Amino acid sequence: MLTVNRYKCCYCGACVGACPTAALELVETWLEVSLECKECGICTKICPVGALEVKA
Amino acid sequence: MSIKCDLVVVGAGPGGSMAAKTAAAAGLDVIMLEKRQEIGDPVRCAEGVGRRALCEMVKPDPRWIASEVKGAKIYAPDGTSIVMSEDKSGSEVGYVLERKVFDRALAMDAARAGAKVMVKTRALWLLRRDGVLSGVSAMHMGEPLQIEAPLIVGADGVESKVGRWAGIDTVLKPKDIHCCAQFLVQDKSINDEYCEFFFGNSKAPGGYVWAFPKGEKLANVGIGVQGSKSGSGMPIRLLKEFMKSRFPDGKVVEMVTGGDPSSGVIESATADGVILVGDAARQTDPITGGGILNAMKAGIIAGEVAAKAVSSGDVSKAGLKGYEDRWRADIGRHIARSYEYKEFFVKLTDDDLNQLIGSLKNEDISKMDLRGMLRVLFRLNPKLLWELRHLVI
Ligand SMILES: Cc1cc2nc3c(=O)[nH]c(=O)nc-3n(C[C@H](O)[C@H](O)[C@H](O)COP(=O)(O)OP(=O)(O)OC[C@H]3O[C@@H](n4cnc5c(N)ncnc54)[C@H](O)[C@@H]3O)c2cc1C
Ligand code: SF4
Ligand code: SF4
Repeated sequence: MLTVNRYKCCYCGACVGACPTAALELVETWLEVSLECKECGICTKICPVGALEVKA
Repeated sequence: MSIKCDLVVVGAGPGGSMAAKTAAAAGLDVIMLEKRQEIGDPVRCAEGVGRRALCEMVKPDPRWIASEVKGAKIYAPDGTSIVMSEDKSGSEVGYVLERKVFDRALAMDAARAGAKVMVKTRALWLLRRDGVLSGVSAMHMGEPLQIEAPLIVGADGVESKVGRWAGIDTVLKPKDIHCCAQFLVQDKSINDEYCEFFFGNSKAPGGYVWAFPKGEKLANVGIGVQGSKSGSGMPIRLLKEFMKSRFPDGKVVEMVTGGDPSSGVIESATADGVILVGDAARQTDPITGGGILNAMKAGIIAGEVAAKAVSSGDVSKAGLKGYEDRWRADIGRHIARSYEYKEFFVKLTDDDLNQLIGSLKNEDISKMDLRGMLRVLFRLNPKLLWELRHLVI
């Protein structure tokens, strides 16, 4: 499962532009993760502050 | 609730606001949507722009100019530095803006030209009737809102969805996005006169560190790392390391993160009833990361083409060809060239970078543009730059 550390996230949307399945959506300061997420992990490497993690 | 207009602009950044202003001034009934409650905030930008190109599009206003710089200072990994004056370093220096104020000012210009601006209003999907695009479904303050319009400008930035909804693939591959972090730093050792760029594969893999002065010993100190070379949280970690070595006593008064597209020209920036502008169309310069001016230029072209297309009644992809032709002939050429430079640049070792930057040390580059400087670089380092010969000669 993809987890968002909301205490870390700076709501910049970098991850949104890189997600191949359009599973992410930034709503002001809230990053939504939809069921489209395939847990590919791309966004976790893109996040400049390390707020995203794919957890088993 | 349902409303109607001629053109919906999604996103109130520099691209969207210029498109809305231009189209409204040409007589269209325009609605510009911005999902945030405050236009321009939080900032995702180092705020550097070329003065001349900016002033061709808007009248400079001291309220949104934080500082004026003389040029750029470039540091090789070994610490060697060269100085370039504004004209040569392209569009990255000149003014350092206050984008919170700038973006709002542009949105207000659009409003003054007659566009309706709706904040806290997020586009959710494109509406279709009998397969033909008929508007935008949005959420305004938590309430659904339908806006009927024949044409949509997607100026929704790096996170852009409008293109994807219209069937245009704008997904940024990790190698084509730069992952950025930035601090607004107060420190007595800030260089108030020059935008500074620091290169090195251990400092910023596939990118660079910058310090853009905002006056009175304040600067945007940031880092961009090529996505494919980055890892979870790497940009912020490397930025902190840079701070320790360069500005150990620096005080951080603001923090910014962001993704900067560096994918080069996309195959199509239009679809039936849709025009993409700015970061949404990946129109950022792949080598410098600068995207403000390109977004504004594309916005103006989009506004003009939109006005014609809506009044002629042909908003099909073919009817929007004028936009494709014009942005490609204008900014597109430079973006394509910069993409090739980027693809080359990201392969350079620190030794290569030292050699290239060091070779300019004793050259008079004060009157050269980027192209002229590349010619000199090529003359001095033919072996290293052989791959780029078709761009230089
Ligand atoms: C760290 C960093 C440093 C940079 N430094 C520079 C620099 O020094 N100089 C330079 O020229 N460029 C720089 N850039 C690039 C520059 O910031 C962008 O190219 C520029 O902001 C693009 O403008 P835009 O109008 O296309 O998009 P944006 O300014 O990103 O605006 C898009 C807007 O659309 C809104 N939006 C998104 N989705 C929706 C939706 N569904 N509904 C409604 N609204 C929506 C967003 O909230 C946003 O306000 C930098 C980028 C980064 C990340
Ligand atoms: S893990 Fe992959 S699919 Fe899931 S949100 Fe991240 S990038 Fe998208
Ligand atoms: S890239 Fe990281 S900081 Fe930016 S919105 Fe995504 S999770 Fe948040």
